[in-house]
Amino acid sequence: MRVAILVFPGSNCDRDMMVAVETITGRRPALVWHKDSQMDPVDLIILPGGFSFGDYLRCGALAARAPVVEAMLDHASRGGAVLGVCNGFQILLETGLLPGTLIRNDRLKFVCRSVNLQLQPDLGSPLLSTLNPGHCLTIPIAHNEGNYFAQEDDLEMLKQNGQIAFKYTASTAFGPVNPNGATDDIAGILSANGRVLGMMPHPERAIGNGHPSSDGKLLLRAILQGVA
Amino acid sequence: MEVKINISLKQGVLDPQGRAVESALISLGYSEAKNVRIGKQITLEIEAEDASRAQQRAARMCETLLANTVIEDYSIEVADPS
Repeated sequence: MRVAILVFPGSNCDRDMMVAVETITGRRPALVWHKDSQMDPVDLIILPGGFSFGDYLRCGALAARAPVVEAMLDHASRGGAVLGVCNGFQILLETGLLPGTLIRNDRLKFVCRSVNLQLQPDLGSPLLSTLNPGHCLTIPIAHNEGNYFAQEDDLEMLKQNGQIAFKYTASTAFGPVNPNGATDDIAGILSANGRVLGMMPHPERAIGNGHPSSDGKLLLRAILQGVA
Repeated sequence: MEVKINISLKQGVLDPQGRAVESALISLGYSEAKNVRIGKQITLEIEAEDASRAQQRAARMCETLLANTVIEDYSIEVADPS
């Protein structure tokens, strides 16, 4: 299992993700700097959370044009697996690999808390195939721009093809169901081939060991098994 | 050539910031304020042989980086010195 985590100036969840993956696989992922235009072949590329390039212009906009992202796009075009978390999700949308965009939270506040996520049915994605549809996961979010927006035809396509991976779902303990105003409570989406996953919640912050939940570990383990 | 690029949110795209500013204006007594939308302006200089070439290059810049055409429209003004 070879995993690479891309690191941009302002990434701040790269090391947490490295620890999470190493805890599961026993093998330390490679950290790859944004200026590297070549990458050794890997089974999974992860774009971590953070504030790449200070969120200048738009979240993820500058990172999406970094040399290492060209290599990531090559990997994805060959059917390679990619996971983008939070700012990593924003970057994936800015590359156009996934449709839509993430705009400012509807209540204009940075939201940092746990949310409940429901795995959607009929996904057909190898990354999530070991999890039961309807499975509910408790994983934290921490973002200011997590309000998913897509044009009508893109939304329709996501629904028709089973590309909506997770939706925010009822939680009495944490606050409103939808933390940011995202269309249709969307928390994460897949590419048409089911091998690129972008999501706002941070699974690497829910791996047990003092974290409030270990559901992130469950999810990361499923993804790692799915790409193996 | 001096180029001004205006980037605005497309109609129909929620602008939470604009909405908050609108309600602040109304609470200050400007009850006539409506449809507040917040965009951004980017100014730059482009070396080009003529205004139409500068306009063309600026449009390319908008498409590849400066605007997110999923949610944003852009307009370009080139100040032609000639």
